[in-house]
Amino acid sequence: MPYLDVASIIALAMLALSAALTFIRVITGPTLPDRVIAVDLIGVQLVCLLVVTAGATAQQALLDVAIVVALISFVGTVAYASYIERSRS
Amino acid sequence: MSAWVSAGLLILGATLALLAGIGVLRMPDVFTRMQASTKASTLGLGCLLASLALRNPDLSFVIRAVSLGAFMLLTSAVAAHVIARAAALGGAPLWSGTRVDERPSKPPAPDA
Repeated sequence: MPYLDVASIIALAMLALSAALTFIRVITGPTLPDRVIAVDLIGVQLVCLLVVTAGATAQQALLDVAIVVALISFVGTVAYASYIERSRS
Repeated sequence: MSAWVSAGLLILGATLALLAGIGVLRMPDVFTRMQASTKASTLGLGCLLASLALRNPDLSFVIRAVSLGAFMLLTSAVAAHVIARAAALGGAPLWSGTRVDERPSKPPAPDA
């Protein structure tokens, strides 16, 4: 099915462009919560890239990697949020 | 037939993820950026997972896709709430066109 492969390549290109746009916000974010939101979104886009690659190559080990990346990204976001709250008070 | 649906869901999910990136880059303050990123990326990942489960209808793929989707639905809401709480308590500046601010103790608005 070649059109599924073409759709996978187009989806990967769009996800990479989205991650590049989000990285601009990481660099130019005016406050620390902006940067934390952008880094969290980059983690979600990495999970999306892994899901598309797992579908294109039919390897289920990449889905396990995606689950682990999602978990670590969530824990990192919560840790950053508690750091922001504690540093303000 | 299901391959065409899978390809369509793949393009739809990638478009939603691209909208999340554009929203984070273009929205004016912290809270609007956060709602753009959380909603659009969660829906985009859901479409990509549905496309994956349609393309590889094995039990192992479907179980992993469903568990990853449920995990992201739970944790993205919790992460957005925690970051919004930290930003609001820290007095993050709002967009100048904001109409309603329900925070109890307002920081000095930039142009009010």
